Amino acid sequence: MERIPILKMGPFLLVTIQVDMHDQLALTLQDDLTAKISKERSRGVLIDISALDVVDSFIGRMIANISAMARVLDAQTVVVGMQPSVAITLVELGLPLEGVHTALNVEKGMALLHRRLDEVRA
Amino acid sequence: MLREAPVSTRIPAFLKSNEKEILQDWLKEQTGAATFRADLLKEKDLREESHTFLGALQTAAQGNSIDDFGGEGWSGVKDFLSDLSRSRAQAGFTPSETATFVFSLKQPLFSMLRREMKGDAEGLVKEMWGTSVLLDKLGLFTTEAYQATREDVISRQKDELLELSTPVVELWDDVLAVPLVGTLDSARTQIVMESLLEKIVSTGASIAIIDITGVPTVDTLVAQHLLKTVAATRLMGADCIISGIRPQIAQTIVHLGVNLGEVITKATLADAFRVALQRTGWKIEKKAEERG
Repeated sequence: MERIPILKMGPFLLVTIQVDMHDQLALTLQDDLTAKISKERSRGVLIDISALDVVDSFIGRMIANISAMARVLDAQTVVVGMQPSVAITLVELGLPLEGVHTALNVEKGMALLHRRLDEVRA
Repeated sequence: MLREAPVSTRIPAFLKSNEKEILQDWLKEQTGAATFRADLLKEKDLREESHTFLGALQTAAQGNSIDDFGGEGWSGVKDFLSDLSRSRAQAGFTPSETATFVFSLKQPLFSMLRREMKGDAEGLVKEMWGTSVLLDKLGLFTTEAYQATREDVISRQKDELLELSTPVVELWDDVLAVPLVGTLDSARTQIVMESLLEKIVSTGASIAIIDITGVPTVDTLVAQHLLKTVAATRLMGADCIISGIRPQIAQTIVHLGVNLGEVITKATLADAFRVALQRTGWKIEKKAEERG
């Protein structure tokens, strides 16, 4: 079965979505990611959606859900690399992803996660 | 019944045999009319146009019924009239001045019919009715073509205005600004949003300032559009500051009960810029004054 790989980078997890996100794939990702967060005791999740150029309300809600679940497991979520068209669609759908951190690219997202982690530790 | 206009079978033949007189009469009619614009149109050009039109009309009327005005046979005349209307609309003629070109042909045609059909009252009325219907249709067609040209001009100007009024400027490294001028409707919001987000991607900016000093009024709809733009910017990973909120607009926003939520708002662009510099880690210092 098709799966989205989840990479471990120190205290963070890195998810890069490079295929068309269909509903079953999204549900599998949700399962895998929550399992991985609790297993690795990760403190942050970075989701790169720069290759995603179509979203619907289901995928939008999925991203919001994943980030809420990660927060419950004490990990911050940063969504990076959103395409302008995707951002506009999500806003028009009324899903502005409240509470999800965002960054322009992976580099900035990583910096944001490190900053957050430092804040929590301080 | 006169209502069912019969095909005026004799008109083409009359047009052919009387071409010179009709043209003469018609030109006199046009140049003598109060609507003649000697400042915009040379008499030589008018003669040329009138001559071409008569020729086209004769060809079209030869084998085609007036009832079939939408058909292929009349396309020559119609093309000529559209071109004429277009050029006159662009030259600054009014619609009535443009339509007069066709309507002024009535008088010469009627006097020709009277001359040709002396004694045949029944036939004369019939032919006059047919001619009248034909010229009315052609006249209305000129007005339609004129209007279509004007509408083209208006829609082109509207597009140009949209593009002109939504620039995204780079104020500093990582800081973008969108000075909004004019009312904000959904179409413009869409364009502002798109160009801002594209610019964020291409420059990697982390802060965008939307300046609404030039927006005359902010109602609930405009506020909603602003909030949408802010939300989309945030999704891209950049922060958004709204600046240039005038006192009256601040009052309106509160009276309307619009909730701007977490959005940072500043009174002036300068204030917003200061915040942006702070966030990006820049500092501007004034040089110590030189002492003489």
